[in-house]
Amino acid sequence: MSVRLGLMALLAEGESYGARLRSEFEERTGGTWPLNVGQVYTTLERLVRDGLVEQTGEADSEGRIGYRLTDAGRAELDAWWATPVDRTSTPRDELTIKLALAVTAPGVDVERVVQSQRTSTLRHLRDLTRLKRDALGRAEGTAEGVAAAQHGLAWLLVLENLVFAAEAEVRWLDHVESTLARHAVTVERAARAARATTSSASDTGSTVTSPGATPALLEGNPS
Amino acid sequence: MSTTPHVVISDVTRVHGTGETAVTALDHVSLEIHPGELVAVMGPSGSGKSTLLNVAGGLDRPTSGTVSIGGDTLGDLGPRDLAQLRRRRMGFVFQDYNLIPSLTAAENVALPLELDGTRARLARRQARHTLDLMNLMELSDRYPDQMSGGQQQRVAIARALVGTRRFVLADEPTGALDSHTGEEVLRVLRERCDAGVAGLLVTHEARHAAWADRVVFLRDGRVVDTTGAERAEDLLAGDGAR
Repeated sequence: MSVRLGLMALLAEGESYGARLRSEFEERTGGTWPLNVGQVYTTLERLVRDGLVEQTGEADSEGRIGYRLTDAGRAELDAWWATPVDRTSTPRDELTIKLALAVTAPGVDVERVVQSQRTSTLRHLRDLTRLKRDALGRAEGTAEGVAAAQHGLAWLLVLENLVFAAEAEVRWLDHVESTLARHAVTVERAARAARATTSSASDTGSTVTSPGATPALLEGNPS
Repeated sequence: MSTTPHVVISDVTRVHGTGETAVTALDHVSLEIHPGELVAVMGPSGSGKSTLLNVAGGLDRPTSGTVSIGGDTLGDLGPRDLAQLRRRRMGFVFQDYNLIPSLTAAENVALPLELDGTRARLARRQARHTLDLMNLMELSDRYPDQMSGGQQQRVAIARALVGTRRFVLADEPTGALDSHTGEEVLRVLRERCDAGVAGLLVTHEARHAAWADRVVFLRDGRVVDTTGAERAEDLLAGDGAR
């Protein structure tokens, strides 16, 4: 997704100007995606150039220029709402790569890596849950009006997304841990069997000494 | 928030069985819970979560180490005093609510007080007070089969905390509930802890453990990790998130 489509979505609700679009964008996404005002104006200029947005007229007394969505812009926005977000590209998540490397890197205590990551993620989850409690209160509270409650709801949904992601990460880490433990047992058994065969008849059996846990780890990777 | 821990689990080991077949369910576990604190226990099955809960609740005795609640060491108490402490100072919440079907919500909440010798009228009054405190008054005359799972569990929390009880032990309290209702129940539990109760919550769901101040992670009976020993007041004093 781009800032471009975000601004178009806001303009679909009615005409607006740069500074207001910026604050509204941040408010609606709960501050998870801070924008600077320059970014907003550059994006608006490109949208105008591409015929998706147009100015409503000259600058007002305070120098603000209004913008609105064109029919072409509305069509593009509708197409965006209707199209699922592409999740098929390979993830380049730092944690995934870190663990994949940790499994084979000599001298790295993978268990420790998993453990400290889980602690950190659980702590993050707790902090998100604290924010969620406040957001729940706000989304339910009608004292500040319907608009405030709706914004509270939008923020709540953003938070929930982060909660689900953190939760999935914890589950994946649990899975990595049990997969590694199971794999260690298998390797141990294979090594013992190999030792038994080498002592009776001398043969290779050297392959089992390599940890090579990466395939097992990747099995657990939802990508 | 008081600085004296309400619950102190000190170097507790619990071994089931003897000799060859001995299984160490808890291995030198220490844990403190302050008033106002909710501590979650996570870990794979068989890691010792339930044993820890049972030992903390005086249902099981440690092989070595001590558990004290509000300054009283459980191991020093005779069976009668232990039973009394359990009735007066702590309450359990289970996955399947365990409300008595033939009693209304208020009667269920009053039951522990009545069993402890409180006269029925006084017990009912205290039960209503607790239900009122938890915004559950509208449920007071309903029978368990007239309540949803989430409502029953909220009543079960009220029962666990009626009267003078300040320690709640919850064993997978959201296990039988859908995700939304589960969150509602945790919110109630959290509110009670914010009001000064000490809570110990066993769960396997990270999103539910996230309602706690701390998460203790158990594996093979050992605490392998906690999400920092910091408490809410320390967090406020500095140390940002993460």
